[in-house]
Amino acid sequence: MAPGHVLATVGTTKFDLFISTLCCQKVLQVLQARGYTSLTMQIGHGMIVPPSGLIYGVQVEYFRFKDSLAEDMQRADLIISHAGAGSCLEALGARKPLLVVINEDLMNNHQMELAQQLHEDGYVQYTTCTHLEHALQHMDIQTLKPFPTVDPHKFTDFLDSIFGFENRK
Amino acid sequence: MIYFLLLLFILFAGSRTIYVIYSVHKITRKSVAKCFRPLRTAIIIGSGGHTTEMLKLLQNLNPRNYSPRIYIMASTDTSSEVKIHQTENNSFSRNGSPCYEIVTIPRSRSVGQAYITSVFTTFFASFASLPVMLKKRPELIICNGPGTCIPICVVAFLMRVLCITNSKIVFVESICRVKTLSLSGKILLLFADKVLVQWPKLHEVYRRTTYIGRLT
Repeated sequence: MAPGHVLATVGTTKFDLFISTLCCQKVLQVLQARGYTSLTMQIGHGMIVPPSGLIYGVQVEYFRFKDSLAEDMQRADLIISHAGAGSCLEALGARKPLLVVINEDLMNNHQMELAQQLHEDGYVQYTTCTHLEHALQHMDIQTLKPFPTVDPHKFTDFLDSIFGFENRK
Repeated sequence: MIYFLLLLFILFAGSRTIYVIYSVHKITRKSVAKCFRPLRTAIIIGSGGHTTEMLKLLQNLNPRNYSPRIYIMASTDTSSEVKIHQTENNSFSRNGSPCYEIVTIPRSRSVGQAYITSVFTTFFASFASLPVMLKKRPELIICNGPGTCIPICVVAFLMRVLCITNSKIVFVESICRVKTLSLSGKILLLFADKVLVQWPKLHEVYRRTTYIGRLT
């Protein structure tokens, strides 16, 4: 199996527990055991600065923000993301296996609704920081369903129809 | 005499309010006549994810039908501005000079702000958005939350009650909302012409919403 690359992203916020859990020995060892040999973390405004370099067999690096994560997502074989809608949808749009890590401090936050629904529909795996190691160990990306694409004209066609504009062709 | 005029005005405003709410709710079943001239369109820009979602919704908008486009955004938001220029330049500038502008209004409610104080800040923001709305008189308002859109929509509604303009409001609920409407969505159920939701469960709960599938 070719060495896999993992991208972890916290979006525009911070999620220190997630980043520190990812960098702990057990989690990195599980990643390594499952064939993931490099990990890039997008850590946002986080206070915890992760180590970088070769750690427990995984090449670790991080950055805070980038204008676009598209390239990093393309390069990844697995994306581990916070539950933010933007990050989740971007990862699914890039057709990458996605593991969503819920921030339990924001448990009743409506941001969780989407991740939960995506999990119910079988598009993503879903875990918490406490169970991240276990989830990575038992994750089967083959069982994830591909996320249906959206017709990008749907909304504008709808607008045209209610305002009586000629539809495109 | 003054009291009489005041009473007359209150009666007028009251009946217009009822009429406008009635017509907003009725439009769902009425087909609309063909439109041959462009609509002055206000696009309410939220922040972060909302901006991205909005611009994604509009990526295939025919700029000739919806022109000029006025992007209204909260004054505390800077990164959205860059994204708007990008979208306009990449997607809408095919035919000639781009016809859009960006205006800013104060934020009505910061994330996490208490509801009770947000009543006052919303009131203030409505007042502050009055000049923009009177000057631009949009015929169509497209918004997808969050708080920024409420003052605009309140003003648009009042302008409709007072027969100043007939702005139609189209609200798109965020894809994040699976089971419950956002506060903006709940408020706009009352006076938006269309409330679009992106999950069938939401449409089951709020029958006035429209569900045509996922949009972003």
